[in-house]
Amino acid sequence: MSRILILAEHDAGTLNPSTAKTLTGARAFGIDDIDVIVFAADPGSVAEQAAALEGVSKVLTMSGEDFAHPLAARIAPEIAALAGAYSHILAPSSTFGKDVLPRAAALIGVNQVSDIMEVIDAKTFKRPIYAGNAIVTVTVEAEGPVVATIRTASWSATGTGGSASIEAVESKAENPGHTRFVKLDGAGGDGPDLNTAPVVVAGGRALGSEEGFDIIYGLAKKLGAAVGATRAAVDAGYVPNELQVGQTGKIIAPDLYFAIGISGAIQHLTGIKDAGTIVAINKDAEAPIFEVADLGLVGDLFELVPELEQAL
Amino acid sequence: MKILCAIKRVVDYNVRVRVKSDGSGVETDGVKMSINPFDEIGLEEALRIKERGEAEEVIVCSIGGNEVQQQLRTGLAMGADRGIHVETGETTQPLTVARTLLKLVEKEEPGLVFLGKQAIDDDSNQTGQMLAALWDRPQATSASKVELADGKATVVCEIDAGLETLQVDLPAVITTDLRLNEPRFVKLPDIMKAKRKPLETIAFDELGVEKGVDLGLGAHEPPPKRGGGKMVGSVAELIDELKNKGLL
Repeated sequence: MSRILILAEHDAGTLNPSTAKTLTGARAFGIDDIDVIVFAADPGSVAEQAAALEGVSKVLTMSGEDFAHPLAARIAPEIAALAGAYSHILAPSSTFGKDVLPRAAALIGVNQVSDIMEVIDAKTFKRPIYAGNAIVTVTVEAEGPVVATIRTASWSATGTGGSASIEAVESKAENPGHTRFVKLDGAGGDGPDLNTAPVVVAGGRALGSEEGFDIIYGLAKKLGAAVGATRAAVDAGYVPNELQVGQTGKIIAPDLYFAIGISGAIQHLTGIKDAGTIVAINKDAEAPIFEVADLGLVGDLFELVPELEQAL
Repeated sequence: MKILCAIKRVVDYNVRVRVKSDGSGVETDGVKMSINPFDEIGLEEALRIKERGEAEEVIVCSIGGNEVQQQLRTGLAMGADRGIHVETGETTQPLTVARTLLKLVEKEEPGLVFLGKQAIDDDSNQTGQMLAALWDRPQATSASKVELADGKATVVCEIDAGLETLQVDLPAVITTDLRLNEPRFVKLPDIMKAKRKPLETIAFDELGVEKGVDLGLGAHEPPPKRGGGKMVGSVAELIDELKNKGLL
């Protein structure tokens, strides 16, 4: 029996592109039957978006108020209950996938493979360790399904063109009642989503203040880009935490990445190593960012960035 | 209430990790080892909770060979009341670690368990969630703020979309993110004092843990290097280059 189940990520109306990227990873396994499961209060439109992805066999939906927010303690037992019908259970390596899937893996009784970046065969994968300083090949030797997260930055999104059937499935688990969603802050914003934007403009501590970041936002707006930041800039309070790019923030793969006033700490570089073109602007010609940048410009960012914005 | 903090001995955050030339792993000989930074943040949070009078005892535990006692002693010097060393010569992967921690949880009955959201060596980000699953208790992952009241924890979790606040009944498992706190520096008198604190060693085999089937670890390789870049002298030149690449 070879059949893959993908846990869909969504915001209760829109399917997150991380799902289509996970699907691309899944299609590299050489297995034809790929199902997607959507947990939501009302899965309708998200399920339709998943059904339209090329290569999806079937979309399963589990609905009800319990699933209005994606709580790992509620969802993981449902995934574990479905596991018997699958050889592989996959989720994106987003904070959502990382929260839910290990909980399901433990209930199934297997280790999870985290952050698959390359598929060798249906049980052998490459994944990054030590903040991406090493790549290790891992093999799943346990009986039972392969439970794994797909490193979304390593895979492009599968397009539409499919017309999978949609099938509602019944809940098999109880609501444990011990975990409650209170609120979500900082969601939304004007610009494109940092995880999936083709162009990202990111700033570091050298911006010096919250106001200093205005030139980053200005350039990003001109380019239609998302804004990113280093851990140092987030810790200093210049920008909110969801903009952090790096080992412990977001791992992204835009076509074009501007690193502005970013020295290039290894933990930050981990987050951008799959970027298409990296442009670095920094006053320190010796900064390590220039070792990985495709295009480097040395100088005062407070002069160069506005000049760049003007010239575009 | 007791708080259990699990810590892992890892290659220090500041060490530039190198893959061994034979691909069998990464170079750890003579390399500085430390408490996994995320675990250290978990321990710091537990100590602050105790210092606020919201917990009576902080227990620090680790799994591994005798060398992990070094990190446990550091944890005791930070302020943990006692340590538990689960002794095994073998490496352990997340499922086995979670099952081992469950045994300690059953023995100690803590109201809270803190772990780092991930260890900076294998970057798995699994163990806390697995422990919560096996214990059948709530989890709050990647925490950047923790408040306790009336047998519940209100936890702000760092997620891709922003900050998500969850309320969980205790006992619960909380995994920590970097902005939760800044761990204290250990002072020399505390290191001396830590030597007299209780540190219990339990043989892994004594706990009766069913080992999970480990993932087979094959070749290690260094990451592909990005090609050498090009320096430009002006904004105009930069724009030309980007246009040539079809990016503007």
